[in-house]
Amino acid sequence: MRIDTADFDVGAEIARLTGGRTDVGAVVAFTGLMRADNDGRAIAGMTLEHYPGMTERELARVEAEAHRRWPLAASLIVHRVGTLKPGDNIVLVVTASKHRQAAFQAAEFLMDYLKTNAPFWKKEVGRDGHAAWVDARISDEAALGRWQIPPDHRG
Amino acid sequence: MRVKLMYFAWVREKIGRAEEELELPAGIATVAELIDWLKQQGPQYAEAFRRAEVVRAAINQTHVQPSASIAGAAEIAFFPPVTGG
Repeated sequence: MRIDTADFDVGAEIARLTGGRTDVGAVVAFTGLMRADNDGRAIAGMTLEHYPGMTERELARVEAEAHRRWPLAASLIVHRVGTLKPGDNIVLVVTASKHRQAAFQAAEFLMDYLKTNAPFWKKEVGRDGHAAWVDARISDEAALGRWQIPPDHRG
Repeated sequence: MRVKLMYFAWVREKIGRAEEELELPAGIATVAELIDWLKQQGPQYAEAFRRAEVVRAAINQTHVQPSASIAGAAEIAFFPPVTGG
């Protein structure tokens, strides 16, 4: 996994993950991008803060869990921090497997887990200049419930 | 017990610092008890933990419940629910 202020190139990341391999039959890539609106508010930009050390631990943990649950050949998580503007890439999850089901499901699992457990926080600046921390979504915790592991902070 | 406390996002902004080392008085056994003690350390702490039920905690970089023991903790972090992805 990688935490980075710089942008990522989805094609290059996939090529690096699968290059030289002949055992991969399916690659799924999810990219999360920044929207210019959030709950009806016009957004000009955002800063992403994280907890260095814990972030890496949490992402390593969830990747290990994904590899335990599905027969993955490889996986990658890239998450950006720092200042972003609408249209920018935020997060990339890539999963590679022999067959598509494992790759699709593991990618979704990684994103659901990341959303509710990885210590990142977004602060948005509106077009009106007002800055506000983004609230966590109840729907994200509900999504995690599908995988039958409650968020750690709720035990 | 001496411990490093770390604060993130709006918890950090309300307290006014990202981290500090504090000598905790004896008798503080859990995260919830630590929060109760911190709330008495100044108005900025009282404000940061005013809605203590929404503040999450981690001990040594692992998510924990308010009831978790702080014995042996080197680093305790407080932060809002996460919003990455």
